Amino acid sequence: MKETILNPILKGNPITVLVLGICSSLAVTVELKGAFVMALSVIAVTGLSSLVCSLLRNTIPNRVRIIVQLVVVALMVILVDQFLKAFEATYAIDKSLSVYIGLIITNCIVMGRIEAFALGNKPVPSLLDGIANGAGYGMILIIVAFFRELLGSGTLFGFQVIPQALYDAGYVNNGLVILPPFALILLGCIIWVHRSIDKSLQEK
Amino acid sequence: MEYLSLFVKSIFVDNMIFAYFLGMCSYLAVSKNVKTANGLGLAVIFVLLFTLPINWALDTFVLKPGALSWLGEGFADVDLSFLSFIIFIAVIAAFTQLVEMIVEKFLPSLYSSLGIYLPLIAVNCAILGGSLFMQQKDFANFGESAVYALGSGIGWYLAIVALAAIREKMSYSNVPAGLKGIGITFITVGLMGMAFMIFMGISL
Repeated sequence: MKETILNPILKGNPITVLVLGICSSLAVTVELKGAFVMALSVIAVTGLSSLVCSLLRNTIPNRVRIIVQLVVVALMVILVDQFLKAFEATYAIDKSLSVYIGLIITNCIVMGRIEAFALGNKPVPSLLDGIANGAGYGMILIIVAFFRELLGSGTLFGFQVIPQALYDAGYVNNGLVILPPFALILLGCIIWVHRSIDKSLQEK
Repeated sequence: MEYLSLFVKSIFVDNMIFAYFLGMCSYLAVSKNVKTANGLGLAVIFVLLFTLPINWALDTFVLKPGALSWLGEGFADVDLSFLSFIIFIAVIAAFTQLVEMIVEKFLPSLYSSLGIYLPLIAVNCAILGGSLFMQQKDFANFGESAVYALGSGIGWYLAIVALAAIREKMSYSNVPAGLKGIGITFITVGLMGMAFMIFMGISL
């Protein structure tokens, strides 16, 4: 049980080790808030769709399983999207996030966990596995967003963190950090650190 | 002229990989040599070119608020846009199946080298992302959506072939142990993205 939860967060992290689900995520890491919403949405979708697919695992015919999985995932994503739309105004969630929420359907983590875990395991472990993988993914997202928002705009969650005195002394926000390519470079560095600590993950 | 500017813009300025990080999973996994990258790139162009206009037509005549008004007065205020994720992904999954059968029949060597990544085009974020961006950009007619599809497909193709060429050369270099494999690839993609940034802000 403990293994199911901890493994996806550290040793089998979906982003840094398995390299799944880079697609829909990195564009939302310019600021922490977007990353946070995205992380929660992915946790909800992976958890719930793993649960549902695991409940259905004995009734899905093997040949059409990809389509059934896609329908289940799409359903969960629609639920999350409608939920966010309802609270969009209250919490001032950025509208552009909607495209990336839709792209959770094609996030390889969701399909990957259903294929690899949920179809062969009982519902409760599948739910936990889904949530843990979503969390492992969300963690990387939040780390990247933390550095990008701090260095790029000098804020965290929209609050100014770097004191005004520093700006007066000549400190300038790094414009490069806000641009999309920097997210990839940052991710490369996270992978570097992770693999230097855990040498068993290094590629030959 | 409008078409030309949209075409160039979707290849370079709004490049699927470097501006939006879409289709990263297969992009990183299949870019080990130029030949396979070439095949997958062409398959992506093909699928995008057909699914995006189909989805445009579905969006315009079925899904948009008021799109069903051609059925009669009573349908003028029907809004089915919440169904768009599920409809788009169904069109894409069906079409990918078709491409898979064609490639298997006529190009068996390419089929075996692409392996699992061919059916996975269905969950390639670039394809679904193209459709969702099409919905967001609100194209006026069929031609625009087709040109946009072709342009973003070619952009993706260029990006994967370029990365594959770089990785082929890079296998001779001495990379730090922790960065080997995926880490250095991320950083390379980041640097390539920066090179593509020069196209930003060009108004056509």
